[in-house]
Amino acid sequence: MSRFGLILAKSYMNKIKSKSFLITTLIFTLVIIGATNFQSITSLFEGSGDGDEEKWQVVVYEEDTEIAGSLSDQVAILNSSIEVSGGEAGRVDLEEQLENGEFDALLSISMTEAGRIDAEYLSASLTANSYSVDLQAALQTIQSNMAANRLSLSADELATLNMPVAFSQAAYVDSAKSAEELDQARGLVYVLIFVIYMSVLIYSMMIATEVATEKSSRVMEILISSVPPIQQIFAKILGIGLVGLTQIFIWAIVGILSVNLSSDTLEGGIYSLFDFSSGSISTIVYGIVFFLLGYFLYATLAAFLGSLVSRSEDLQQVLMPVNILIVGGAMLAFFGLAEPESGYITVTSYIPFFTPLVMFTRVGMLNIPFWEPAIAISLTVLTILVLGWFGAKVYRGGVLMYGNSSSLKDIKQAVQLSKKEKS
Amino acid sequence: MLKIDNVTKRFGSHTAVDNLSLTIPKGEMFGFLGANGAGKTTTFRMILGLIDLTEGNISWNDEPIGYDTSSLIGYLPEERGLYPKMKVKEQIVYLARLRGMDKKEAEKELIEWLRKFNVPEYENKRVEELSKGNQQKIQFIASVIHKPQLLILDEPFSGLDPVNVELLKKAVYELKEQGTTIVFSSHRMEHVEELCESLCIIHKGSPIVQGRLNEIKRDFGKKNLMIKADFELKELEMLPGVIKMKKLIGGAILQIENENVSQDILDFLKPKGFIRQFSLEEPSLNDIFIEKAGASYE
Repeated sequence: MSRFGLILAKSYMNKIKSKSFLITTLIFTLVIIGATNFQSITSLFEGSGDGDEEKWQVVVYEEDTEIAGSLSDQVAILNSSIEVSGGEAGRVDLEEQLENGEFDALLSISMTEAGRIDAEYLSASLTANSYSVDLQAALQTIQSNMAANRLSLSADELATLNMPVAFSQAAYVDSAKSAEELDQARGLVYVLIFVIYMSVLIYSMMIATEVATEKSSRVMEILISSVPPIQQIFAKILGIGLVGLTQIFIWAIVGILSVNLSSDTLEGGIYSLFDFSSGSISTIVYGIVFFLLGYFLYATLAAFLGSLVSRSEDLQQVLMPVNILIVGGAMLAFFGLAEPESGYITVTSYIPFFTPLVMFTRVGMLNIPFWEPAIAISLTVLTILVLGWFGAKVYRGGVLMYGNSSSLKDIKQAVQLSKKEKS
Repeated sequence: MLKIDNVTKRFGSHTAVDNLSLTIPKGEMFGFLGANGAGKTTTFRMILGLIDLTEGNISWNDEPIGYDTSSLIGYLPEERGLYPKMKVKEQIVYLARLRGMDKKEAEKELIEWLRKFNVPEYENKRVEELSKGNQQKIQFIASVIHKPQLLILDEPFSGLDPVNVELLKKAVYELKEQGTTIVFSSHRMEHVEELCESLCIIHKGSPIVQGRLNEIKRDFGKKNLMIKADFELKELEMLPGVIKMKKLIGGAILQIENENVSQDILDFLKPKGFIRQFSLEEPSLNDIFIEKAGASYE
């Protein structure tokens, strides 16, 4: 095996076998399984839904009205897990029964002279918000019907009054995404931006730590006397990059499997994110491309910055600018989700350090011509090459330097140390 | 044969190594001496091709040294370091393979070396679990396992207890017997005196003494005279031919211009009383160093 291959294999295997890799992979896998099966899991805790004892028992206390029956019918339409029954005792007794836990909530209803229903909802806690909302909606309908009766409106006339506005959206550009598509795209892009952001941050940090550890443990001097620094730096970046791809691959497989296994029972909600229509496939491909770009860009930067520090403790300090760039890119991308067409998003999507996240947002959210991402990608690749060339120079000198500072001066000194000075 | 030809290295305005020329024949053990910051490590790094020369040329068997020749060269850096979390075997085999060694052979050699250093049980231990001295042994193995033709040892004995120093010296000596060319720097003059046939003392980047050990001592001329007697020796300092005197308990060491002076001193001492010891000694490297560099070595 070539020396490049050896270093690549070692960086890869060391990380794959490490406990932290296993743990993070496992945790994220569980999160993915959890997210894709969210509804099945929550319904586990809510029970099957058809047993009487599972229902939310609401007892109605009425002073001068007779609407408990119609309320029960209305509520049944809105929320099948609420059971409404009329109270057969005085209010004080009912409150006592409520406190004893004989039922879950007490609804006292009275009616004003103007025909308004005054309801008071009493329950041990107000966390089950959806029940009171549904009850309120049911009461609203009953009140409307009663008002209609008083005004002698027919059912048709009432329906006319309550008719909702038909509101649909369309963009006049053919290729633009429809609102529905946009919502779907937003979900997927959001998830992918997050994945790109997290993995670029984590893996470039991993590279820097690796380099700094080799340097602070002084094993570096043996390494650079065996293998050229350029080979080392790129073998390492590639090795860790493969670790990242492996992890993402595992997650993708788990995600797809998990969705497919549960999607026959449930639809909508989070599953629309994983609806692999043609649009989302291209988004995913772009996602992988931009992940790789972002990774190589920041890993190269992190590797040579890591070579400047003598102790791992100083690492955070030199990596600060890198972290700010990554976080800045992520924030721009998240803003871009809301308004992908705004000027500052367009401009920043061409800045190589932001391209991986911001251009990805634009590609995912808009139908922009192919040359736009192509230009941004080329610019980023160019930046990576320049950084790689410059980084290798700094790396070569940097690994031989041991001091306690970490600054621009060091970069200059490192380049000087590795410079060919033959006259 | 390692040939260093008029090598100069400048970092900006600072000259780290100034016009150094050395020829080290195959199979020789060469000592490289100098105070801290004299330019030893810089010279080693230039030999290894880690940093470029400002002027001059370095070659091994008339070929430039670089990454193509890294399988021929072994290097023990002054700053010791291994992967703390890796197991000894994994680590040594990895480093050996980076220098072009076969995996199976590296494993076999490692077992051999561990046995030689009386630590066969360390094979599957992590480096961070070992004591500092034992880590040094592992580091030494890492630098010699691929059977280099040229071995560069930067301060190989620093930080070791006397037992381990002997163990390592023996190993170094065996390698020399097998034909390895060895260049080493040491903090301890006596190690160099004991092991090396030739040496070079550099001071502030310039070689001030170089050649074969016995010739250097002979050319130095001055001798040491060790005297132990029951009477006061103070007045000896005033005698002609005595350069300086260092008082000891019950005696003194004199540095004299040449060996003839010793007989004059003996004549001077005879009537004074009982002389317990009177011996003419070769100058130590330390004396030569102090004389040439005008500074104490340790």
